[in-house]
Amino acid sequence: MESKIKVKDPELGPSRVDGRLKVTGAAKYSAEYSVKGVTYGVLVGSTIAKGTITSLDTRAAERAPGVLAVITYQNCPEIPGYHTPDQPAKGPLKIFLDNKIYFNGQPIALVVAETFERALFAGSLVKAQFNKDDHQTDLKNNLQNGIAKGKDYVRGQEDAYKTAPVKVEQEYLLPTEVHNPMELHAIIARWDADNKLTIWDKTQGVKSTQRNIANAFKIPTENVQVNAPFVGGAFGAALRTWPHEIAAVAAAKLVKRPVKLVLSRADMFTSVGYRPLTWQKIGIGATSDGKLVGITHEATGQTSVYEDFTEGVVNISQLMYASPNVNTKYKVVSLNVNTPTPMRGPGEATGAWALESALDELSYALNIDPIELRLRNHADTDPLSGKPYSSKFLKEAYQLGADRIGWSERRQQPGTLVKDGRLVGYGMGAGMFGAYRSNATVTARLQADGILVLQTAVTDIGPGTGTAMAAIGAEVMGVPVEKVKIFLGDSSLPPSPTQGGSQVTSTVGAAVFDACTELKTKFKALDGGANSNDYVKLLNANKLPQLEVTTVSKGGAEMGNYAAYSWSVHFIQVLVNPVTGVVKVNKSVSVADAGHIVSPKTAASQIKGGAIMGIGMALMEEALIDHRYGRLINNNFGDYHVPVQADIPQVEALFVNKPDPYLNPMGAKGMGEIATIGVAPAVVNAIYNATGKRIRELPVTPDKLI
Amino acid sequence: MKSKNPPEEPAHEDNFLESSRRDFLKHSGLLTAIAFTPSPLVKAAKSGLDEKIADLYEKVPVSLEVNGVKHQLSIEPRVTLLDLLREQLELTGTKKGCDHGQCGACTVHVDGHRVNSCLTLGVLVSGKKITTIEGLAKGDQLHPMQEAFIKHDGFQCGYCTPGQIMSAVACIREGHANSEHEIREYMSGNICRCGAYPNIVNAIQEVKEGGQPV
Repeated sequence: MESKIKVKDPELGPSRVDGRLKVTGAAKYSAEYSVKGVTYGVLVGSTIAKGTITSLDTRAAERAPGVLAVITYQNCPEIPGYHTPDQPAKGPLKIFLDNKIYFNGQPIALVVAETFERALFAGSLVKAQFNKDDHQTDLKNNLQNGIAKGKDYVRGQEDAYKTAPVKVEQEYLLPTEVHNPMELHAIIARWDADNKLTIWDKTQGVKSTQRNIANAFKIPTENVQVNAPFVGGAFGAALRTWPHEIAAVAAAKLVKRPVKLVLSRADMFTSVGYRPLTWQKIGIGATSDGKLVGITHEATGQTSVYEDFTEGVVNISQLMYASPNVNTKYKVVSLNVNTPTPMRGPGEATGAWALESALDELSYALNIDPIELRLRNHADTDPLSGKPYSSKFLKEAYQLGADRIGWSERRQQPGTLVKDGRLVGYGMGAGMFGAYRSNATVTARLQADGILVLQTAVTDIGPGTGTAMAAIGAEVMGVPVEKVKIFLGDSSLPPSPTQGGSQVTSTVGAAVFDACTELKTKFKALDGGANSNDYVKLLNANKLPQLEVTTVSKGGAEMGNYAAYSWSVHFIQVLVNPVTGVVKVNKSVSVADAGHIVSPKTAASQIKGGAIMGIGMALMEEALIDHRYGRLINNNFGDYHVPVQADIPQVEALFVNKPDPYLNPMGAKGMGEIATIGVAPAVVNAIYNATGKRIRELPVTPDKLI
Repeated sequence: MKSKNPPEEPAHEDNFLESSRRDFLKHSGLLTAIAFTPSPLVKAAKSGLDEKIADLYEKVPVSLEVNGVKHQLSIEPRVTLLDLLREQLELTGTKKGCDHGQCGACTVHVDGHRVNSCLTLGVLVSGKKITTIEGLAKGDQLHPMQEAFIKHDGFQCGYCTPGQIMSAVACIREGHANSEHEIREYMSGNICRCGAYPNIVNAIQEVKEGGQPV
């Protein structure tokens, strides 16, 4: 099938529709709106990990200059949503509900003052005393307390790998990783009437935030206006409505003034989720010619004591390769930590770290090239459902990536390639993620000034959703992309899904396609069927100021006949200093089978960015708790390392760029998750190839190599 | 290092803080001139007059030039240049990413040099010329670095972008953009979590090689 959207020049493609606003500082993020009478909030956190507050002295803070209120569990306005009869046993943290402490850093007070400085100072005056209970924050010491989540999966025979002629059985540990988008989570909350509210909020989904806030305060959904036209990154951290958002809205009610609450970078480590520390064990076995006999994959991740967070860590072992026997188990352990939340490639990125490492170990045990081993176990139909794939071009992706990185230079024998005193190694890792399409509604309007306006509620957290929408709209209508104006990130606009789960280009893009197609049909009728693109002339001739359609768009039933996934493969070349153990990623090539690429420039950036996040996962990212106190010790950018310029080479992104025939009219599949899934094991596999040292506990810091 | 004046004991601190504002006002000569008896003093506090008086004592006059516009301001000495720009001058193009000088999102130019505005107190830049991202373009004409960032897609979410661009311009001016390697080293104080690093390097190289004045 051909894509119904053509792309002119993949090298060029349109630049971001919001580029000018972003490079001039004119793009406004949630904390940056000028709201009359705004006050400033600062959170104060618990200094113990488990127990109760026995006394909370807020007098000094309240008397500090410019302080309007100190909100605690003792005086917080009632949040009706916390008291409905249908409260589940476990669920999101109910902020300022009572004196119970579940984790270190849990908010115990919100100081509201006339200025940020005054709120910050007054926050230091809040004095709390606690009755401390024994806490548990160490997953490794609590693995025996794992509670099974979901059904154990068995295909064929359980633990079949054990009988295979060649087998690998190893444990892999992924530390806690924190999303850390550059924009701090922030909200400005303003009550416009007793039951009417406007918020400017960092969120990936204005519609879900609207519903959650309305539910919490028991006001009509349509009375909550949520604005998020620009979101400074999120990677999953703004998928939910967090306690601090509820607190800011409650505070605005109490002080009867708008409240602006910007989390500190330290708050970002305990307030908006993280990728959970996860222990995994993989057993994998093959015949001596490299045909998989069985995979056993067990995983245990951490969650909070007040809420269960689960993710599809072991799913990838059920899906990725054609193994006749697979069994998986997944557990979580409740600890005195805040609840995790999906982080880019949730579950799959964690699972792929173990699976793709184990496969690499198996390739050396078999003495078969890692790509060849994957080709011998390539799944031609979905091993889970038996359905055919809607599209899969993973073999092409292997080839493209291998050619670009120079895979033929790789030595099968580790530690044998040396250049300028550095050990050189090559590694690869593959990834996959479900390709989805849900429902979205788009308004398309062509105005007498020739501008095509596209509107929908979806947010653009950075991938270039608006740019992809403009590319599709321009193509369908036959207008220059510069003539397209995009409005999004506003709860009053037609509904579309939350930005996340690699589904937005597929879903919203299809809705843009459908709306523009309908609009074009309307113009065609005006034109007596002639199908002219001179819309301005047609409007003028018919004395119309504009023509507008609002179109509901969803996928067809035939999608149910196919298994739809996006696929990726990542190739890494590392240089390792044998004396210091310092690893330099020298080359990084990622190839995505993400269907037809509708916005080549932004798509390439998204893939590169995902690879860079994966390099961080492999080499530096690790949130550390001092278990004596149950407290994070590196909750800042000085101590929690993310990749910086000097860590990153000219990362490359390549696309197979073949349309998926079924998912949507563009033939596009998502790529936000697959950009990161499989990168970390590619780095670790390259390090093994360079040094002969197999690291099974991330991140691979130099101390582990010397 | 030992402090010359050891701080008061925390126990005293509480009392001090509870009473400091009022005591300060009571002992203030200006207030005595305004309020002759303790009774109006309480009224003055309620009407916000104490805030106004405190402003006189607790704030410091500052004159600075931001993007060619002169400002005469009265600010608390603890206000950072970053918060001054964002919260008082409504120049929100300069971003807060960490408030600790660890991410570079707040980078501005002070007398032509790049600084982290979150680590710079507003009172310390009195008399200096500040350029923020809002002051980089000449009217509608973008600075070459801004153009290059758009062309090379040197950003995704856009939040670190103003800091990256201000740093990038300074990087060239400093003579630290002579190779990819050098650019990477001298741009490592600006974190981009979306991972636009390679594109940023390409943008800076193009501007450097283009030879336009930056």
